[in-house]
Amino acid sequence: MIAGWLQGIGHWVFNRFSRVGRGSLFLLQCLLSLSYMVKRPLLLVRQLYYVGVQTLLIILVAGLFVGMVLALQAYIVLVDFGAEESISLMVSLSILRELGPVFTGLLFAGRAGSALTAEIGLMKSTEQLSGMEMMAVNPMKYIIAPRFLAGFISVPLLTAIFMAVAIFGGFVVATEMLGLYEGVYWSQMQAKVDFYEDLMNGMIKSLVFGFVVVWIAVFEGYDCVPTSEGLGQATTRTVVHGSLAVLGLDFILTALMFSV
Amino acid sequence: MSTRNIEIMVGGFVVLAILSMVMLSLKVSNLASYGGDDDVYQIQAQFENIGGLKERSPVNAGGVRVGKVADISYNNEQFTAVVTMQIEAAYRFPVDTSASILTAGLLGEQYVGLDPGGDEEYLSQGGELELTQSALILEQVIGQFLFSKAQEE
Repeated sequence: MIAGWLQGIGHWVFNRFSRVGRGSLFLLQCLLSLSYMVKRPLLLVRQLYYVGVQTLLIILVAGLFVGMVLALQAYIVLVDFGAEESISLMVSLSILRELGPVFTGLLFAGRAGSALTAEIGLMKSTEQLSGMEMMAVNPMKYIIAPRFLAGFISVPLLTAIFMAVAIFGGFVVATEMLGLYEGVYWSQMQAKVDFYEDLMNGMIKSLVFGFVVVWIAVFEGYDCVPTSEGLGQATTRTVVHGSLAVLGLDFILTALMFSV
Repeated sequence: MSTRNIEIMVGGFVVLAILSMVMLSLKVSNLASYGGDDDVYQIQAQFENIGGLKERSPVNAGGVRVGKVADISYNNEQFTAVVTMQIEAAYRFPVDTSASILTAGLLGEQYVGLDPGGDEEYLSQGGELELTQSALILEQVIGQFLFSKAQEE
């Protein structure tokens, strides 16, 4: 019985290793195929539409509400100390450093990552990918690379939009609902928010998140078990692993960037 | 959807993102204050204790912001903190100006306050302030207060 048990563990471990190996080789192949995008930019533009533009709405709405809620909550704490002018600082720093990149990464994994996995996975189960190979069309170049690059480009762009909208949402709540002066909101922020330390570090985070989430999404699709059940599991894994990767990496990046 | 529409939408998306980035850098962060470093001059001052002063803390004169702290280092021969300040070229100060580290409000952020003297020569690039006053450390003040109270009794 113990032998069977040990065998199970070994099997599981080797399976993990082989997945990591396949994932890394897949990434390498994908990066090597990126040069194809120079020859066929339209493939990329089309994917930017499906991956980026269609995620825009949820990013805009989420950003607006996150900013508004943050301003309201910050007010409750700060008003006790007579420091309600610092609302903008609290909103902008938490958005730029953490919430902007993390929220965008999570929403992207849920909205665009799952769609990418499902699309590629269905292509695999209906044997479209093998069909392409039969016609001497490399699916890596034609299918995977455009989606990968589109995701990698979209996430930082979406993050910038999310940050701007969230800070605007905070501005609306602070001035319209809480009666803060407009000038105070912007000047407090400008005095303390640093371009490199806060904004650029946030954007670096979003680059990392975008890379990892879109890598997970296309790999899960490409590597899924080509059945309806396997496809469902692959899509779930994209969202779960993508979100966990974003949160875990966020801790590591925060520790590297902001710890004293 | 036609290719042209897709191109338009993607173009709009990219433009929106670039506009957000511009708004974030100019309106939210202090990128604007990084430029124009050429019309500033640097002066130095040595303090015994700078308290919670940090790089980029404001330098004020009469309550008006005239520059920022560019660098903080420690002089290991005189055992003092050396604060390098960047003053905008539009403002000039006599050479006998004194610098003190003050706190905005009771618990607010710390800044360097400049108190102009009466000399007719003005500070230029690399100038040094001779008269300085250290930061008020709340713990030390309370400690002194308690000590004097104890002595009275």
